[in-house]
Amino acid sequence: MKGFLDQRFENGGFIITKLEDLINWARLSSMFPMTFGIACCAIEFMSTGTTVYDMDRFGMAPRATPRQSDVMIVAGTVTFKMAERIKRLYEQMAEPRYVISMGSCSNCGGPYWQHGYHVVKGVDRIIPVDIYVPGCPPRPEALIGGFLQLQDKIRRESVVAPKAIERLTAKTNS
Amino acid sequence: MKDPENFLSGFGEVLLFIIGGIIFILISFFVSGLLRPNRPNAQKLSTYESGEEAIGSAWTQFNIRFYIIALVFLLFEVEILFLFPWTTVFANKDLIDQTHGRWGWFSVVEVVIFVGVLALGLAYVWVNGHLDWIKPEPNPTQVKSPVPKDLYQRINEQYGKDRERKGDKQI
Repeated sequence: MKGFLDQRFENGGFIITKLEDLINWARLSSMFPMTFGIACCAIEFMSTGTTVYDMDRFGMAPRATPRQSDVMIVAGTVTFKMAERIKRLYEQMAEPRYVISMGSCSNCGGPYWQHGYHVVKGVDRIIPVDIYVPGCPPRPEALIGGFLQLQDKIRRESVVAPKAIERLTAKTNS
Repeated sequence: MKDPENFLSGFGEVLLFIIGGIIFILISFFVSGLLRPNRPNAQKLSTYESGEEAIGSAWTQFNIRFYIIALVFLLFEVEILFLFPWTTVFANKDLIDQTHGRWGWFSVVEVVIFVGVLALGLAYVWVNGHLDWIKPEPNPTQVKSPVPKDLYQRINEQYGKDRERKGDKQI
């Protein structure tokens, strides 16, 4: 039998929408990030976890293994050597998994855009990214802004199949 | 009065707690099985090794000499561990004034004894050559045993004869 989150429902009844709300709420209230930092953005990520910014108030406690974490925060310059590892770590995370790309380097290559022969020009070229946090490096407030955006995104998730695309395809077919 | 027929001993209560714990775990596994997405792939099922590809087996043998290294490390670690709190109190002016100077001498003598015992351990390790990683020649301890050598020889010969009779190969 398929798990609830593996299924797609045609139309959401009362129970499904309520269960969905509950699951989304549980998920956005406990986004465990993976303890994982690559460059100077990691310093800002660390200070986000300190008492001053208090990442814990969002229910976010860094986990030391991808099996237990929901969010991967790519904090820093992604070199091609690291890209392989990031891809593998992303694959090893349990679904549903989210990625926050933190800082210019992981957003688009940043200062290495033109001449960095060794830098991946944006981590979204190897793994799907949910939230981009701009900055070089972004302040902890900006990263927290990214967390809030991700919470918003999770809150709007649904297991009900989207109708808009169906309607569009029906129009083009007829 | 407690009825001895229906009375649960302390062990019985622990057993109930264990059973309750197992049931709770089973329930949460069942519920998460109903909810969670199940999308295994080769990468996900592979061993987590900080993003590296795992090679070889974890069942490898470590050199027994690492044990000595760990012990020597512990020696210094414990030393530091106790010396740091000691430094905060040994020159405490209030304590020295209260005890008319005896506190200072007491704490110094105590820590000298402590470091002395640990230094003895270090000296033992040093003299026995455990600090050298490469040991050019093994130095077996000479033991004066009251058991004569020919006693073993007789047993070994007897064993060898038994093997020959059975047709086993000599190793």
